[in-house]
Amino acid sequence: MERDMTRIALFAALIAALGLIPSLTLAFGVPITAQSMGVMLAGAILGAKRGALAVLLFMALVALGLPLLAGGRGGLGAFVAPTSGFFLGWPVAAFVIGLIVERLRSGPLAVTVALASIIGGIVVMYAFGIVGMSIALKKTLAECAVLVTAFIPGDIIKAVLTGLITQALARSRPAALLSRQ
Amino acid sequence: MISLTSPLEIWAHRVPAGAKLLALSVLTVLLFRLDPAGLALAFLAVACLYLTGGLAFAGQGARHLRLLWPFLLLVALWHGVTGQFQAGAAIALRLLTMLALANFVTMTTRLTDMIVVLTWLLAPLRRLGLSTCAVELAIAMVLRFTPMLVENGQRLAMSWRARSRRRPNWRIVMPMAALALDDADHVAEALRARGGILPPAKGGIDGT
Repeated sequence: MERDMTRIALFAALIAALGLIPSLTLAFGVPITAQSMGVMLAGAILGAKRGALAVLLFMALVALGLPLLAGGRGGLGAFVAPTSGFFLGWPVAAFVIGLIVERLRSGPLAVTVALASIIGGIVVMYAFGIVGMSIALKKTLAECAVLVTAFIPGDIIKAVLTGLITQALARSRPAALLSRQ
Repeated sequence: MISLTSPLEIWAHRVPAGAKLLALSVLTVLLFRLDPAGLALAFLAVACLYLTGGLAFAGQGARHLRLLWPFLLLVALWHGVTGQFQAGAAIALRLLTMLALANFVTMTTRLTDMIVVLTWLLAPLRRLGLSTCAVELAIAMVLRFTPMLVENGQRLAMSWRARSRRRPNWRIVMPMAALALDDADHVAEALRARGGILPPAKGGIDGT
């Protein structure tokens, strides 16, 4: 009980910390914010339920008025911006990623986690994001989908990195991978 | 940690947080029912609301709206090309008004007042027999540990730079996560040593 709670809290803090450190630079010079990678990691490492709870806890702190989103944003405004659909999709994305990692136990961990992150962190999260944008901007779903395609390559890279990081973590802290226990 | 509450105290800081949040929810839903003329009026009303706090406060509020500019540009281009100016203006005004209203509540409500509202919202869970003190403790823990994890990240980045000429990249995320999980285990043990997070059960001996 205590351990679950502290892990959820520390992962919420990790998502916040990943948004506050300067954006990471990939090998070929594309800057990305690591925050959505934190969401993928929460699902992949803590599992479906705890991962989603960690993300919900993080979102509650943003709602309370803390500037924890990448770029120092936060507050209730984070829930009504045109991109808020993505933000609201975070807990569902973490849940789906955790569920896939929990259930799909064959194959190398890095590949499973990367695949789960693509399904949860891109398919599910973009579904929320596109619906949110279409409500805010009064455009059709297809039109909004075109607008966000530019961000998909960056998120595929994050999904692959999430797989590599989870695998490395599973090697150094085998007991920490709650999604596989 | 610094919250987004405005340091310039205005009258709205003294309005109960629950009332502001209720008003915000109702008004945000209403914004979707208004015609373009109504939206223009709503936008003016919100601008006046900010100005009641003084020019400096209104300036702060305006700076928080800057993140909308790519979307406003997009709407302007789209509706400029298609010629539906009125529909475009309505969308832009709704985006601005909605975000400005939400920011107003955040800017005029202290973190402690927000936590009081959250505790009140969680009350039904308590009546169902679930403990909500875990939620409150978790919030305090995130506030405490976020700066620490940021510091961990900075230290890892520094030691990376000491060893490599390349910039620190995603590789520091793994040790950051590992350290966070280690900290979680230490804190869990410390909590358990102090009696755990659950209140002692009525009549129970061990409190579990």
